[in-house]
Amino acid sequence: MKVLLSWLREFAPIEGDPVAIAEEMSDLGMAVESIERLGSGLDGIVVARVVALRPHPDADRIQLVDVDAGDGEVMQICCGATNMALGDKVPLATLGTVMPNGMRIERRKLRGQWSNGMLCSGAELGLGSDHSGILILDPNLEAGTDLRTALGIEEDVLYDLEINPNRPDALSVAGVARDLAARLRVPFRLPDPVVDEQGAPLRDLSVEIVDPDLCGRFVARLLRGVTVGSSPAWMRTRLLALGMRPINHVVDVSNYVMLELGQPNHTFDLAKLRGGGLRIRWAHEGERIVTLDGVERSLAATDGVVADGEDTPVAIAGVMGGSSTEIDASTTDVLLEMAWWQPMAIARTSKRLGLRSEASARFERGTDPEVIDLAARRFAELLLSGGGELAPGTIDQRGELPDPAVVRVRTSRVNGLLGTSLTTAEIKGYLTPIGFRCEPASDASGQDATGGDDVLVVTVPSFRPDTSTETDVIEEVARHLGYGRIGRTQPTAVRTGGLTVRQRERRLVREVLVGLGVDEVMPMPFLEPGDLERTGSPVPGIRITNPLVAEESVLRTSLRPGLLKTIAYNASHRNAGVRLFEVGKVFRAVPGRELPEEPEHLAVGLAGVEAPDAVGIWRVLAEALAVVDARLDQAALPGLHPTRSALLKVAGEPVGFVGEIDPSVLEGFGIDERVAWLEVDLDQLLGLPHGQRLYRPVSRYPSSDLDLAFEVDEAVPAAEVESVIRSAAGELLVGLRLFDVFRGDPVPTGRRSLAYRLRLQANDRTLTDAEVADVRAAVVRAVESTLPARLRG
Amino acid sequence: MQVRDGRVSRVSDRDVMREIELGRQEAAARIAAARTLDELRTVETEVLGRKARLTTVKKGLGTLGPDERRQAGQALNEARQALQVALDERRAQLEVTERAQRLEAERLDLTESRSEARRGHLHLVTQTRDRLEDVFVGMGFTVAEGPEVETDFYNFEALNIPAAHPARGMWDTLYVDLGEPETVLLRTHTSPVQIRVMQASPPPIAIVAPGRVYRRDTADASHLPVFHQIEGLVVDHRVTFADLAGTLEAFTTAYFGGAIHSRLRPSYFPFTEPSAEYDINCIICEGEGCRTCGQTGWLELGGCGMVHPNVFRAVGLDPEEWTGFAFGFGIDRLALMRHGVDDIRELMINDVRFLEQF
Repeated sequence: MKVLLSWLREFAPIEGDPVAIAEEMSDLGMAVESIERLGSGLDGIVVARVVALRPHPDADRIQLVDVDAGDGEVMQICCGATNMALGDKVPLATLGTVMPNGMRIERRKLRGQWSNGMLCSGAELGLGSDHSGILILDPNLEAGTDLRTALGIEEDVLYDLEINPNRPDALSVAGVARDLAARLRVPFRLPDPVVDEQGAPLRDLSVEIVDPDLCGRFVARLLRGVTVGSSPAWMRTRLLALGMRPINHVVDVSNYVMLELGQPNHTFDLAKLRGGGLRIRWAHEGERIVTLDGVERSLAATDGVVADGEDTPVAIAGVMGGSSTEIDASTTDVLLEMAWWQPMAIARTSKRLGLRSEASARFERGTDPEVIDLAARRFAELLLSGGGELAPGTIDQRGELPDPAVVRVRTSRVNGLLGTSLTTAEIKGYLTPIGFRCEPASDASGQDATGGDDVLVVTVPSFRPDTSTETDVIEEVARHLGYGRIGRTQPTAVRTGGLTVRQRERRLVREVLVGLGVDEVMPMPFLEPGDLERTGSPVPGIRITNPLVAEESVLRTSLRPGLLKTIAYNASHRNAGVRLFEVGKVFRAVPGRELPEEPEHLAVGLAGVEAPDAVGIWRVLAEALAVVDARLDQAALPGLHPTRSALLKVAGEPVGFVGEIDPSVLEGFGIDERVAWLEVDLDQLLGLPHGQRLYRPVSRYPSSDLDLAFEVDEAVPAAEVESVIRSAAGELLVGLRLFDVFRGDPVPTGRRSLAYRLRLQANDRTLTDAEVADVRAAVVRAVESTLPARLRG
Repeated sequence: MQVRDGRVSRVSDRDVMREIELGRQEAAARIAAARTLDELRTVETEVLGRKARLTTVKKGLGTLGPDERRQAGQALNEARQALQVALDERRAQLEVTERAQRLEAERLDLTESRSEARRGHLHLVTQTRDRLEDVFVGMGFTVAEGPEVETDFYNFEALNIPAAHPARGMWDTLYVDLGEPETVLLRTHTSPVQIRVMQASPPPIAIVAPGRVYRRDTADASHLPVFHQIEGLVVDHRVTFADLAGTLEAFTTAYFGGAIHSRLRPSYFPFTEPSAEYDINCIICEGEGCRTCGQTGWLELGGCGMVHPNVFRAVGLDPEEWTGFAFGFGIDRLALMRHGVDDIRELMINDVRFLEQF
């Protein structure tokens, strides 16, 4: 909502620095988004009449214009524009004028021809954005008049305000002025136009509200003998400043009244209205009307219409008029409609038809049913300044109107909610100037049930339909007190803050990975149809009903596609070999449940390296989380490299995958390096036993190392050899490490040599050679007897 | 040398003393001449060992008379002690030299480093989120989380935004194909977590809920369809608007530093009343006015207000008994502001050249 300072001042003596005024409006919740100073710098600009036009003898792009600036003397001006004609009135910057952009107008020669001033465009004068040509003025203006006087321009300030949805009252100049006047503690006054009524009264028109749930109030007045000409300059200037295009006097007055008082209105050409009446009702399904924009529209039963006496719709209620009764140049008798429409009805219809207007925006937030009488008189006053008369008599029909809210406001509640210590009188002092009538509760229940408290009975004004509860009223008190004047305290109770175990472990997972040189990424969780299938995910993703683009139409069930796309993106920007991880939710529909599961997953992709690097990451992670009984079960898994992938199991439960991405999947993503891969369901993993770290005594006695190399069949995983060694070595084994793997001569094909170093140690003694030899024998016997393996010589 | 009789022995006596002196001199010369510790070890054996010249002399002492023997024995001991000292000194010298040589041989140009050691980097959003959590944890908050796919009830209805409420237009919602049409959606804000927390546990409540949120929006330099918010909720007996203002001010100075302060301006949200915009001094110009803050000296950070009575009613809490405040703001924008990133899309592109800067 834009407002002019001069317009605000018509309602209240608002004085002071325009910036300070802006700060007050912002502090009241009407945030000032911009401040524009208008009409300054028009000193020295006068209305001039074009007397003659000649080409410049030596310049194609310059025209010589003779103008008369009112004193009958003809002055030659050089001008670059060509849009004016003989007799036009144009703005002339006289010699010595300083233009808004700081340029000083001097007498000078252009290619040998004198120029005695400058003709100006609208943009050059700060009167709009048009700089395509010279501003052509109203031909009735007198040459020599000061332009500011001629256009009714005062130096003014234009504020652009952001109005919150709960402030329909602030969608009018008067409403903004009321709020501001209350803050500045100056009196606020609405105009009270008195218009003489003449001629035959408005009688023979029947207006019927057929559906009272659509229309709360419908007022009609008749204005006769109207001339549809242009509006006075001052009105057009104000409309332009507030962002509305002047059309003709009737339309302009209609808009002016809406902006000023917040009451949208509609006009019918009475001569075109058939059936001698108006019927206000819900539309019939499929009923048709051609609206003012020339479009034929089909209506739904949820739309409201104003129909003529023959029951043919002549307007879509509160949204747009019909073309059949449109005001045109021949109109003389104007039937004015001022109504209150059910907000939801207007919201529905304007949304359904995609027709949003200044009028519908106001109706759907709720207009003031009580301002209608004043708005109608104001309309008549403004329109009749151009001739015509107001017929006596008002048609005023009522449907269902909301009752004015009456709210009990407890002083204890105000202070309890705000943390203030206002008195009841102070509360009343904030509410009364913005139209909230406050009376002390007169009955016995004036005492609050919680004991001896003051209660105000507050009647909410008709222009504040948003306000209906005690809390709503308290917000008004807070607003006018000023949020900055409410104290700053902190909740008193001592509280213990902290992260949950899970939140700390999530941080640990991230920190471990960062320590391992892996970068965290956060790709979008949206996928393209087919992405999941391409990565071997068997679970279909949940579809987004209304995606903006197909590439973002599926929710991920796996982090795989997102991370692979990120690797591909980086590779395509000459960053091969990236090491990336993501911790994030995936989404899986659960049959019979409304909401999906959202387990949190970890995925690690290491470009340019092989599977063991990913296994190494898993080992470190498992150690960091103190995971118990972690195992790798080598298996061909969908989407992973068939001979380089394993299922991760903890305590026998699957928790994820490790290995490499299947080369054909990589190809599908345009990745031409290997990608070692780790994927863990963190919900699953962290739900299993982990994190226990009980002290094991550190032995003070010497340890003995035992190196054993076994020739083992390729079909036997090293993990199995390890587990046989562990159980055979027993509790003296404190360390086991695979330190060499060897394939080739003299080891026969189909087998490989696995060399382990066992560290043996006891807590209570130094081991004897015999004890070490016993362990050695037991281990060799166990490995050779249970596995296709033998000790190498 | 031959020992034949007493006469000879006298002569021999002089010879022995001379022999000792010569042996000592020769040995001392060889010790001094040793160039390495290995050489010195050989020299040591040769000058003091079984076959050494002085050892031979010692073996011959038995033929001397008692006085001469004592005299020669004393000279011999002195000679051997002197040699031992010389050996130790020489060994010490050679050890220093040899260590110096060994270290010199190990000389490296450290600027030739080809180390691959590197750390990874937490995503900028994670770093920011962690810092926010830490500040709030320090202020006595716990961290709550909730689902990203939500029902209409949690995202709108319980937050006092009934169906067809005009305020629904404040959010462009993405729905998913679950349940009845337009009943299951991607949460448009973190506020549903408020409802879940209040349903799950009775007051007093002091939580923050950071997380991912979604809007039906095309990505541009300042918008993403997927971004992050942090929500706060405090509910107790007698929680006031002044508590809200004080809490946000405490957070502001703790997170942004002592020079940055907060202010509240009236606003509208369906789930709070009174509602406010939460502004902070511009962190670039500290309130002087600059391009980032549009010369106002202030930055809009988020929204806040006192929990609306209808929200309490939706979770079965009595608004007469309990009051509370809520606040929420974007995490991504804080991340961008701190590091001067001018395009929010960097956060979802995940180019390592971006990630590794932070």
